[in-house]
Amino acid sequence: MDNQLWLIPALPLAGFLILAFGGSFLSKKLIAATGAGSICLSALITFVIGMGLLSSETGFYSQTLWTWIDVAGFNAKITLTMDALSLVFVFVITFIGALIHIYSAGFMEGDKDYSRFFACMNLFVFSMLVLVLADNLLLMYLGWEGVGLCSYLLIGFWYENPANGYAARKAFTITRIGDTAMAIGLFMVFYQSGTLVISDITARAPELWQQNNTTVTLIALLLLAGGVGKSAQLPLQTWLPDAMAGPSPVSALIHAATMVTAGVYLIARMHIVFELSVIAQTVVAIIGAATLLIAGFTALTQYDIKRVLAYSTMSQIGYMFLALGVGAWTAAVFHFMVHAFFKALLFLAAGAIIESLHHEHNMFRMGGLKDKMPVVFWTFLIGAASLAAVPLISSGFYSKDQILWYAWGAEGGSPLLWAVALLGALLTAAYTTRMMILTFWGESKTQIGHHPGKRMTIPLIVLAFFSVIVGFIELPHNFGHFALFSDLMHRVLPETILRADVSSEWMFQLLAALATFSGIFLGYFYYGQQPRRIENLRQNEMLVGLHRFWFSGWAFDQLYNVLLVRPFVFVARINKADFVDRLYTGIVSVTDGLYRLLSRTQSGSLRWYIMGMVIGAIVILGIQMML
Amino acid sequence: MKSSVSIEMVMLLAGLLFTLGIAGVIIRKNIIFMLLSVEIMLNASGLAFIAAGSHWGQPDGQVMFIFILAMAAAEVSIGLALILQIYHQHKSLDIDKLKEMNG
Repeated sequence: MDNQLWLIPALPLAGFLILAFGGSFLSKKLIAATGAGSICLSALITFVIGMGLLSSETGFYSQTLWTWIDVAGFNAKITLTMDALSLVFVFVITFIGALIHIYSAGFMEGDKDYSRFFACMNLFVFSMLVLVLADNLLLMYLGWEGVGLCSYLLIGFWYENPANGYAARKAFTITRIGDTAMAIGLFMVFYQSGTLVISDITARAPELWQQNNTTVTLIALLLLAGGVGKSAQLPLQTWLPDAMAGPSPVSALIHAATMVTAGVYLIARMHIVFELSVIAQTVVAIIGAATLLIAGFTALTQYDIKRVLAYSTMSQIGYMFLALGVGAWTAAVFHFMVHAFFKALLFLAAGAIIESLHHEHNMFRMGGLKDKMPVVFWTFLIGAASLAAVPLISSGFYSKDQILWYAWGAEGGSPLLWAVALLGALLTAAYTTRMMILTFWGESKTQIGHHPGKRMTIPLIVLAFFSVIVGFIELPHNFGHFALFSDLMHRVLPETILRADVSSEWMFQLLAALATFSGIFLGYFYYGQQPRRIENLRQNEMLVGLHRFWFSGWAFDQLYNVLLVRPFVFVARINKADFVDRLYTGIVSVTDGLYRLLSRTQSGSLRWYIMGMVIGAIVILGIQMML
Repeated sequence: MKSSVSIEMVMLLAGLLFTLGIAGVIIRKNIIFMLLSVEIMLNASGLAFIAAGSHWGQPDGQVMFIFILAMAAAEVSIGLALILQIYHQHKSLDIDKLKEMNG
């Protein structure tokens, strides 16, 4: 099966081409069949190839399709490789992508741009597959940019509203900052090692660079900047909440299966470079910890249900970065996989709610949906339990508990990182409870329009099922040795090194459980039991100010506006008559003058022309005689 | 039969005639006179060809003269037709008044 690898990205690409060029001739049924069917087929093929890969000796498939660039010692091939790490990503992308596509077939039913939507979604999945299957960094960068383009197309999908176009441009521009840094990083890698093939870099890195060498730190930081942009981490996180302007399935795809996980993949894939630099690893951990805290506080104050979920994605990706930073590579990838399932579930369920309530996003105007939409309620509850990491029963617990434990116990970990992660867990539980209570309990405030159809509820049920069971393939060490996932990942990623003097894991698990339960209690106490207390808190001036500060996402937008946007607009305005522009205006006016001068010789007077001819003849003859 | 007139003299005459023709084209205002001056220039070059042909005993000069005659006939017939049209349109044959085709 290893020579069928090309089929995985080729099918979504074919779907995109058919829909982009022939979409207007197809019926809605055919469009949905092409759009969702291509991804479903990809998922099936992934399943078959993955089975083969797991049982194979090498644990590694590779297929070279053709040579892309071959010039002056630089060689880039279109080669697809699949190992355990990319298998996990491909599995999540195609499988969750397929469910999201099926859901979209129902969700976008009434939209006039049905085929454009599916074309963009297919291209999105294709780009992400290229990103994770690429064997060299250049091909990966192609997928990386493709993902950026598709996010732009899909966030601004409802382009008739200018705000959506603005959000799309914002996402595109901010991620581009990271991409530029990453491109510089790639140039440095090539300059230093002479190759962009990932396996060659991995093999050669230890001899090329010394531990903590400045160059390798710089390369790692530049790659990190790329990952930070795509994964919406500090300080390039501001695009993600605004990206909620797109349709709900797009949010689910961006948050669960594609774009924001690209940074996690990049760092995990290039782990060898990061391992060589203690500084870079520390920076990764600190960025993760800071982001999860900031996003957690912000999510606590939002009233738009999708923005709560957006900030929660930011904080969960923060956990992954934290894990990557302390060297818990497999824990990060495990949390990625678990998170993909429950976050896709939460977004799709939120989309179903929003659509049933006539596009109402405000949680304070929802309420009482518990009995009216039972399927959505139960699936959402399962997703929320995973997000809040309810101990033992939810898969989120198994992945997050690992990270919390490694934040203290791993070689790169520290008590401070652990404390921040624990506080983040408490916040997560609190805002998740708040979201659940506001949406599903209390009085009903908006009438339900129509209930979601089967195409929307079945993906929810499937995702809920996986959200529960996917956690149990990897149990904590003290629960007996059952670690299917990390056994698989250790073929590619190194094992986490624990510090020598760490105490028992039980205590940390108990503390994590305590944090979750106190978070749930806080959310329940303030929003379920005694809502009046919130009103009382509103009386306090300082708290209101703090609330406003958190609500604006720690005022990062305002800060960037003052620091970057306004000076830039100011400089652009005073430099309107640009020096370089002047040069070109000068060339234009000289040519214009010459034209006017020459056009005067075209007087229409015959005698003037004859005179010119005679003088010309005399001059030519004179020159000839002189020479 | 050898001519007693030297080639230089004939060439001088042809040159003079040609210069007179050019001067006429430049100086005259009336289109008919300009056309006449062009005829003089053509004849001057024809004379030069004949003289050169007889000097070197080659027939090429006479052949060229026949070409020039044919061209002159064509030129005069088209030219006169144009002049008639111009007179119809403008009621004038003054070349300085016909400056419509300027750039």
